[in-house]
Amino acid sequence: MDDSTSLKQTPLHALHVSLGARMVPFAGYDMPVQYPAGVLKEHLHTRSAAGLFDVSHMGQIILRPKSGKLEDAALALETLVPVDVLGLAPGRQRYGLFTHDAGGIRDDLMIANRGDHLFLVVNAACKQEDFAHLQAHLGEICDLTLLEDRALIALQGPRAVAVLAELWADIATMRFMDVAEAELHDVSCIISRSGYTGEDGFEISIPAAAAEDVARRLLEHPDVLPIGLGARDSLRLEAGLCLYGNDIDTGTTPVEASLEWAMQKVRRTGGDRAGGFPGARTILSQFAQGADRRRVGLKPDGKAPVRGGAALFADAKGEQPAGIVTSGGFGPSADHPVAMGYVDTAYKDAGTSLFAEVRGKYLPVTVAALPFIIPTYKR
Amino acid sequence: MLKFTDEHEWLKIEGDVATVGITAHAAEQLGDLVFVELPEAGTALDKGATAATVESVKAASDVYCPLDGEIVESNQAIVDDPALVNSDPQGAGWFFKLKLSDPSAANALLDEAAYKELIA
Repeated sequence: MDDSTSLKQTPLHALHVSLGARMVPFAGYDMPVQYPAGVLKEHLHTRSAAGLFDVSHMGQIILRPKSGKLEDAALALETLVPVDVLGLAPGRQRYGLFTHDAGGIRDDLMIANRGDHLFLVVNAACKQEDFAHLQAHLGEICDLTLLEDRALIALQGPRAVAVLAELWADIATMRFMDVAEAELHDVSCIISRSGYTGEDGFEISIPAAAAEDVARRLLEHPDVLPIGLGARDSLRLEAGLCLYGNDIDTGTTPVEASLEWAMQKVRRTGGDRAGGFPGARTILSQFAQGADRRRVGLKPDGKAPVRGGAALFADAKGEQPAGIVTSGGFGPSADHPVAMGYVDTAYKDAGTSLFAEVRGKYLPVTVAALPFIIPTYKR
Repeated sequence: MLKFTDEHEWLKIEGDVATVGITAHAAEQLGDLVFVELPEAGTALDKGATAATVESVKAASDVYCPLDGEIVESNQAIVDDPALVNSDPQGAGWFFKLKLSDPSAANALLDEAAYKELIA
């Protein structure tokens, strides 16, 4: 059977094809990896102007409290994530993690307080499992809906606000991680000032039927180029953001992944709602004592990219294992190779010299602070 | 004489030396190259051995030695500026010169028409 026949399509599939995208299978969807401009130009354009990404393959889930009280949904969700959901104000969003009983990460997600419900965005490859997980644990307290009839696009880059403001004037008043409902070209959309590139920008949830029209309107703007998965990956890597399945998974804990910032004080030991999430014992004890390994940034000293899967060593002969690279490539904005990976705690400090095994050679890399670029979030 | 392999290398054969690169089709498929690693002069390689490595923003790919021979020169220009391979793959973006052990072996490679058919 032809693989492409079993792949799902987003509401923007025909648009991608008409724009000349090279399509590849990704998380069960036929997705654009690059457009004719190419990964390098798409990446740099996003950092200098604005890039439009189709992220409709991701899961959009509504959690509505049966009681009508949002705090019931918030407290229920807190049993699955080590995140302060109750303290999330209406119109605000934050990054979160689903953990499991051994302390590993089931998925990472965005959680928005939409006043009378919570709105979650989860990874494409995990969305069915996440939904079943939510249903199994929160089904008695919340009505859950996996939205199948909405597209999700991201407009990212320094010109994103100006471009969107031409369609909706109030957008500039939004702060990083604000969420609002707005009419875009007469279509009711949910807009968050967020993204996964390190740039200022917006993620926009649109009814599927209107998605192509809104996307085309945005693409008509001279500052906007369509951006594929290739540049999406290099942008998020430069921004030091984890890709689920590469940099975090069920075998990595939030502390190992250097994601402590995603666990607010109130959920940590001594906090008012400490623990109570899957794997709390392991995760909180790592919080107190540290983990044996840490996710770090890695800057290859030479020009050769060091990719995910490369083994790391403390010595140039490859005799003392030090860790493993989980993501790596060339950073077009950094203008040098960039990578991240896990190292034994002894090697976690920025400036530490290590060696990555690439095609049988041991190439010098330096542990580096993340991100590799300066983020331009509008806080 | 211009010859091609089904691994998307081209060879311009002059006497017993072949100038080798990757085809325009291969360069387009790989996308923007950011790193090239070339063999050193004096390296003897068998047909099918990994001769060079190219890395695009996304992935690494091998370039194979199209025939038995010895590397006599590598193109430092593409090491310094890998984008040359994208902009001029069958000209300034050549990879290396190979002194062929058996020039007649080139007869078994594809000619331009056969290669065009392969990628059609």
